[in-house]
Amino acid sequence: MAEPLLSLDDLAVHFKVGNALAGGIKTLKAVDGVTLDVKPGECLGLVGESGCGKSTLALAIMGLLPPTRGAMNVDGQQISGATPPDRMKMARTVQMVFQDPYASLNPRQTVRRTLADPLRLHGITDKAEVEARVIDMMAKVGLRPEQADRYPHEFSGGQRQRIGIARALILKPKLVLCDEPVSALDVSIRAQIINLLLELKDEMGLAYIMISHDLGVVEHVSDRVAVMYLGRIVEQGGWQEIFENPRHPYTRALIAAIPDPFHRAAISADAKARGEIASALNPPSGCHFNPRCPLKADICTAEYPAFGEVSPGHRAACHFRDRVG
Amino acid sequence: MTTPLLKVENLRIALAGDGVTYDAVENVSFEIGRGEAFGLVGESGCGKSITALSVMGLLRRPLSLAGGRIILDGKEIQNVSAAEMRRLRGKRIAMIFQEPMTALNPLSPVGRQIAEMFVLHEGANWNEAMDRAEDALRQVRVPSPERRIKDYPHQLSGGMRQRVMIAIALACGPDLLVADEPTTALDVTVQAEIIDLMAELCAAKGTAVLMISHDLGLVANMCQRVAVMYAGRIVESQVADAIFATPTHPYTQGLIDSLPRLGERARRGRQKLSEISGVVPSIANYPAGCRFNPRCPAVTDVCRTIVPEATPLPADGVVRCHHHG
Repeated sequence: MAEPLLSLDDLAVHFKVGNALAGGIKTLKAVDGVTLDVKPGECLGLVGESGCGKSTLALAIMGLLPPTRGAMNVDGQQISGATPPDRMKMARTVQMVFQDPYASLNPRQTVRRTLADPLRLHGITDKAEVEARVIDMMAKVGLRPEQADRYPHEFSGGQRQRIGIARALILKPKLVLCDEPVSALDVSIRAQIINLLLELKDEMGLAYIMISHDLGVVEHVSDRVAVMYLGRIVEQGGWQEIFENPRHPYTRALIAAIPDPFHRAAISADAKARGEIASALNPPSGCHFNPRCPLKADICTAEYPAFGEVSPGHRAACHFRDRVG
Repeated sequence: MTTPLLKVENLRIALAGDGVTYDAVENVSFEIGRGEAFGLVGESGCGKSITALSVMGLLRRPLSLAGGRIILDGKEIQNVSAAEMRRLRGKRIAMIFQEPMTALNPLSPVGRQIAEMFVLHEGANWNEAMDRAEDALRQVRVPSPERRIKDYPHQLSGGMRQRVMIAIALACGPDLLVADEPTTALDVTVQAEIIDLMAELCAAKGTAVLMISHDLGLVANMCQRVAVMYAGRIVESQVADAIFATPTHPYTQGLIDSLPRLGERARRGRQKLSEISGVVPSIANYPAGCRFNPRCPAVTDVCRTIVPEATPLPADGVVRCHHHG
């Protein structure tokens, strides 16, 4: 079995918020004990709604936020709160594609400069080689060589996202974090970008963490899926397990919430959740999902459920994981 | 046949630019029956939102109504006075917007904003109006409404604010509710609840809905009939179920085929998503003839020069394509 490319061990990122003089300082547990593996060449779908901590988790994996607790191992590099990452080495291993291709590109840099700068920073100074790699990368994402001297505003949203992808891949990383890579794009453009990401994954042997709230996209691209709710992973498993036989009521609610004009999803509409997501500053006691859960019982408010195994590789943090469905 | 509640005929909306005027919406016609839910779907910039604004009499410079008729219950309303329109708005037709935070008054408690409807449109006194506002909040299932009526918008979550918007819009029992992307800013599980609530309340009060969205699945779930807009024109309209079963315009077909759908991968394995080539044209560069022609797989010479006429489909459907049939 292959060594994992990324492994997180009980990783937590907490923030202090508030003011000691007004209301007191509180701890926001944005990520609270996440254990997770990503193997080389694998695509892990990370699903959750706003405020669940998925973007904080992404920043921690990028090495941009120090973990409060726990540790992570990125391609052999051990990182914890006490041992900060080697930024240069991280940049050659993990890269990120952002949601908004308008905000994430420097408007004053041409495509060539956007793509060439990382190469120079990482010691490739030979002009001919830089040029060759820039043009080669542009071709891979479907941009023409003569577009290299244009600025971001001269491109459409879909093309800008191609530039963003090229920038992420130019250093030949092993893991790419895709944070909602298509949700800011026009609907008719999304398929192009999803297809491109999957082609590049095969061609360059990349591993992805695909962060999205669009379950259709996640099901399409992922090998495994992890579902987050209020800072914790509540269910994890192979894509087919998660979508065909979800065991956490929150996963079922997410799937039930998708308008399904073809009536093909395995989950019926009666699994929908009630109410709204609680604040991560003040999560409910016991299972965080209990105020919204259709299966709520006394034990759910008393203790947080174990992240127990449903079948090999499929785990769910629910007291009733064997009864759901 | 009974007269429809709302009839929009050959609507034309002009956008004034630097010395030039563009047609942002052209020849848009549709009808909504009493109590019917009608969906208008399209990508950003296709003109769906300004069509909704024109129905509300809310077009402002640089946009203006350049032609066509808007008939509410047999009476033309496109040229009525501002005072007359104010009496209609809120009473007979009401609107909810995408971002409830910017649509609500931040300086006024939400109860007062609901009560205002009864005072302005029904001549109620404030005491009575506040009691009715509490009832209205209860109807949209805001927990403990007696306390919430004193809350300001910033004290409520996104989903709660949208419930308040719905309470305001439906306060006077309007004949028509215009909903412009009512759930786009919300999380998916909250979205599902709000849509169900809207559908239920409108059905109970016999309110017709004009729903604007980019999400074809969502609209098809909620509405009886759906029209698809592309670049300022309606390209196809059909009964909601039929639009998925037998999409007729190449754009509609392309949109439906390009989206990864839940359950599809389990059924057929991972297929490459079909793409719509090219990008949405900008309003300054709308192509001649059929505006979809540069992206259409079935394009021929006639598409590049002649605007396709509306061809009837079964059950009052319409398609605008030279190659239909």
